[in-house]
Amino acid sequence: MPRFYDVHYLPDGRIGQVVPNRPGVPLSVRKHTLMDLDAWPYPRRPVVPVAETVHERYSVEIFRGCTRGCRFCQAGMITRPVRERSITTVGSMVAGGVRATGFAEVGLLSLSSADHSEINEIAVDLADCYEGTNTGLSLPSTRVDAFNVTLANELSRNGRRSGLTFAPEGGSERIRKVINKMVTEDDLLRTVTTAYASGWRQVKLYFMCGLPTERDEDVLAIADLARRVIAAGREATGRRDIKCTVSIGAFVPKPHTPFQWASQCPAGVVDERLRALGAALRSDRAYGRSIGFRYHDGAPSIVEGLLSRGDRRVGRVILAAWRDGARFDGWSEYFSYERWVASAALALAGDPVDLDWYTTREREYDEILPWDHLDSGLDRDWLWQDWQDAVAAGGAAEVEDCRWTPCYECGVCPAMGTEIQTGPTGERIDGKRLLPVLTDGGR
Amino acid sequence: MRFASHRDVARAFERGVRRAGLPVAYSAGFTPHPKISYAGGAPTGVASEAEYLSLALTTRHGMAAVRERLDAALPDGIDVIDVTEDAGGFPASRLSASEWQVILPGLAPDSVAPAVQEFLALEHAPVERLTNKGVRHMDARSAVLALDVRPGSGDATLRMVVRHTVPAVRPDDVLTALRDVSGVVPAAPPLMTRLAQGPLADLPEMS
Repeated sequence: MPRFYDVHYLPDGRIGQVVPNRPGVPLSVRKHTLMDLDAWPYPRRPVVPVAETVHERYSVEIFRGCTRGCRFCQAGMITRPVRERSITTVGSMVAGGVRATGFAEVGLLSLSSADHSEINEIAVDLADCYEGTNTGLSLPSTRVDAFNVTLANELSRNGRRSGLTFAPEGGSERIRKVINKMVTEDDLLRTVTTAYASGWRQVKLYFMCGLPTERDEDVLAIADLARRVIAAGREATGRRDIKCTVSIGAFVPKPHTPFQWASQCPAGVVDERLRALGAALRSDRAYGRSIGFRYHDGAPSIVEGLLSRGDRRVGRVILAAWRDGARFDGWSEYFSYERWVASAALALAGDPVDLDWYTTREREYDEILPWDHLDSGLDRDWLWQDWQDAVAAGGAAEVEDCRWTPCYECGVCPAMGTEIQTGPTGERIDGKRLLPVLTDGGR
Repeated sequence: MRFASHRDVARAFERGVRRAGLPVAYSAGFTPHPKISYAGGAPTGVASEAEYLSLALTTRHGMAAVRERLDAALPDGIDVIDVTEDAGGFPASRLSASEWQVILPGLAPDSVAPAVQEFLALEHAPVERLTNKGVRHMDARSAVLALDVRPGSGDATLRMVVRHTVPAVRPDDVLTALRDVSGVVPAAPPLMTRLAQGPLADLPEMS
């Protein structure tokens, strides 16, 4: 597609305009939205590689789209509206997938799986169908909600309860409002208490560092939160062998999100905050040994930020890095930040832009962004207003989920001629109609 | 399939068992595993015509039916040749040696034969290999029961019978020893295949 458009730059390096260079090419390219997921129960004949895959399991997508409105999340913004697969389609996809692949685990995937209008029925019916078959069921649940623990309990009915993962994303209530991840500390403590009390021994908490408006204390608040999680878990179980792992990485602003205009936090600031958080966690005598700490350095995220919001000129940087020997950069032992800095300097030498310009620079409303001619249906002014609401001086304004509350006018449904599709259908997965995975009879 | 690790092959086999709908027995315990035992698999990078494993089912099945169903469910390149009933105890310990074929690209048989003679004349051929447990030292010569170059033209083809030892001496360890004694180095990575394994007495006589 890039060859159908010409990009003109202003003297200061910003984009002047992006224009089609031949007849019949639209000013902007619209996404396509599949509206009836039940008509597309794909893949029908899944490919199973001999080599182990990253998640060695069969994945069934139970719905598309997410309207939680987390401001950092590109997937939640560009895949609107919510469109559910019905419970019966999910049931037959699970049965067919397990039969065709032989996988011993099935993941019920989507951007926020517990939000399916019939997730409880799906979990109960699948657990019934596959009881005693050594087929694992999993929900990549990351939303902080006690209901998710109930679901996880149901899906692990016959298996072990090792670890549950939640993603509060921000350490303080203030920063969680900025990113529109509406979780109170009480929610979190109630959720982890339920988890520990149901027999889960380990809770993993995901966070981001370097979010817009973030201050040192927002990150240090994670240490307090982790301490309170352990305290609540010890009280709920009467045991001391429960664990909590804090996992944190640097935030990278993404196109098509309210944070597409944001300044990315410099790597040095991220590293310093992570160092302080690690020190606070390790120095804790009462709880430190129950709290694990995993983090990613800030520097690789700056390169991710360059790739995330770069334009055509960044192609030259990638080529320069490759020519200089960059391979397998996702593996930390092969990654060289210095190589990327040098490659950016070399490839952008003749331009008024550099690595910082692409990453740590905040954009203005009027700037034409490199992806503005790609149309996911979101109203640009709504995105901008959501960005302003996030960083408002008096504290961030929150946005409800349009799945349950009235439309908040992001623009997708009218622009794309689509609407939210949710259940409940009232149907159930019939255990007798689902072929069990293991049969004694012939085929 | 030569590039699939023994763990990848094991996983592919377990998926095949489930696809075949065979009622495999599971271990009791915290994380139940299918009761499948594998004899020492061919190293990654080495093809094989002769791997063995044992599989416990919860109900009795005809051998021919099990073979057919498994063979149909497994990916191309993993073929079930035969299924026999295992009276008890997995016979891994009865597999005491393997026969290997090694093709050496770019080397003529005549140029390899003297190196083979030199190697066979040795009493010991110490080699080392880096494993994930550190550097292992082994005697490549004492594990080799037979080694010869197949007559013919084209790329040199070695046949060797190597005793199963701990740590295992693999055909590439024998190649390392050959290189050490006479500088025999193929133009491209050698193509190695396990042809057979079993009790020593059952392996074919080397000519």
